Amino acid sequence: MKEIVVISGKGGTGKTSITASFAYLGGKELIVADCDVDAADMHLLMAPDFGKSEDFYSGELASIDQDVCIKCGKCQDVCRFDAIPIIETQYVVDLLGCEGCGYCARICPVDAITNSQPNVGKCYTSGIRTGSTMVHARLSIGADNSGKLVAKVKNEAKNLAEKENKTAVLVDGSPGVGCPVVSSLSGASFVVLVTEPTVSGLHDLRRVYELVKKFGIKAGCIINKADLNKEVSDDIKIFLKEEDIVLLSEISYNVKFTEAMTNGKTIVEYDKEIGNIISESWKKIIRATRSVGDPK
Amino acid sequence: MKIAIASGKGGTGKTTLSTNLASFIAESRECVLSDLDVEEPNSGLFIKAELIHKEDKFKMIPEWEKSNCELCGNCQAVCNFNAVLKMGKMIMVFPELCHGCYACSELCPTNSLPMKQKKMGELKSYKSGNLNFIESKLIIGEEQAVPLIKQTIDYVDDNFSEDVIKIFDSPPGTSCPVIEATKDADFVILVTEPTPFGLHDLKLAVETVKQMNKSFGVVVNRHGIGNDGVELFCKEDNLDIIARIPNDRLIAETYSRGELLYPTIPSVREAVEAISNYIDNIRGQAK
Repeated sequence: MKEIVVISGKGGTGKTSITASFAYLGGKELIVADCDVDAADMHLLMAPDFGKSEDFYSGELASIDQDVCIKCGKCQDVCRFDAIPIIETQYVVDLLGCEGCGYCARICPVDAITNSQPNVGKCYTSGIRTGSTMVHARLSIGADNSGKLVAKVKNEAKNLAEKENKTAVLVDGSPGVGCPVVSSLSGASFVVLVTEPTVSGLHDLRRVYELVKKFGIKAGCIINKADLNKEVSDDIKIFLKEEDIVLLSEISYNVKFTEAMTNGKTIVEYDKEIGNIISESWKKIIRATRSVGDPK
Repeated sequence: MKIAIASGKGGTGKTTLSTNLASFIAESRECVLSDLDVEEPNSGLFIKAELIHKEDKFKMIPEWEKSNCELCGNCQAVCNFNAVLKMGKMIMVFPELCHGCYACSELCPTNSLPMKQKKMGELKSYKSGNLNFIESKLIIGEEQAVPLIKQTIDYVDDNFSEDVIKIFDSPPGTSCPVIEATKDADFVILVTEPTPFGLHDLKLAVETVKQMNKSFGVVVNRHGIGNDGVELFCKEDNLDIIARIPNDRLIAETYSRGELLYPTIPSVREAVEAISNYIDNIRGQAK
């Protein structure tokens, strides 16, 4: 069982449109995992049935029992996150600021502080219209620990894939290079980088690939909107060559991506020409993953 | 006056709007632009200015000193992030898991885990005329953006007076980095695009800023593409659409070269002018 992770560094390059296309092409062979839990959009194209849902609890949040508190202020002194302000003469925990380290509760001389595990989101296992299953999530607003929710989504998908004897797990990763991306990448067999020929696209590609390299994962790249800027497109290709990243395909700038999305379809269903290009890329990805060992 | 430019979905035009708006405002008065998308900062690609200052940014993590350590294991017991482990006769610290809460260090009976600096990123400050540009970049492999975002905002607070207009280019999403970047803002501009993905993520972003009790408005980018879902949603929810930037291949091409848009594209100039006036209006009301 392989794990194919699609990331982009920069947002808005077409990552989710392309991942949804792969989900359509792979059909029943795949379990799909939407690990972009901050702004999960893949379900909009996959018609999930939200068959099974599960609350996800993670981390800790402090709260102060005002009846017990003697207002000594020690909790405020030790909090490195400035999360215990005084409001109307009472020490209270700022829930958005609290990191859940538990230090305040440990040093409170009268045990007025308790910690509880907050609900940070919901994790769903859904039947989707490709005849397969998708694991996806919704992060509670402002919740910490999105990295842990990503790990949860991925592990659920992996377990299902193993149980049902699927060829691969297809992961839609999140933008950036921080904890959710690190969680998406760990254990991947192959990484698909979706980029665009803009100075930002290339800048972010370089940074996110630096992260991929730390994991030692083989990667391929799709240049979307390739005709937007020939010079930057060429720079990207030079970069790919230097780093031994497979150029999977180049797709022209096309409003059909938006049209397909507006119609609730993947681009491979909506436009034959672009569909063929993406389907060629998918075949290349499958071939490339055959030569990689299964993730641990 | 702090204005945060945010969006749920990535790639809707936060950086485009931030850089063009800040440069436009700086034509007539002092303005600060700060890139808080420390994971993938892009504003700097569009701003031509002189580097005037740079500094390393650090987080504090514990470092084990074995000489006095009695291996009591208290450090491991008090760490909620599994960043400190007692393994045999050793204490191991995992810096990437550490949140810098100091609990292990200060609660150690023998002071064997003093806090030491660890570089997490770099802050750079640039100047061009009235425009001050501050950006921070996270070192690859560092997982936590929040401490660096916080220190960057502190730098801006320390170096510029309160009445200067400050534009914060925020990270995408709705989780902790966005909260950190927007929580001090006087006003939030949510940039979206009129597509199903744009609408879905706009709704999440609206929920986030409402929960934070922020006043906010919407800017629709790539107007004309997709459908009318975003417009209908804003109407039903009584949200102000401050400006619309048309979908235009010329805009995409100009952006791809790392150039500002408003000097050459009239529709963008109109939009940033409208937003700038809108900001002046809120400032007037606040006074």
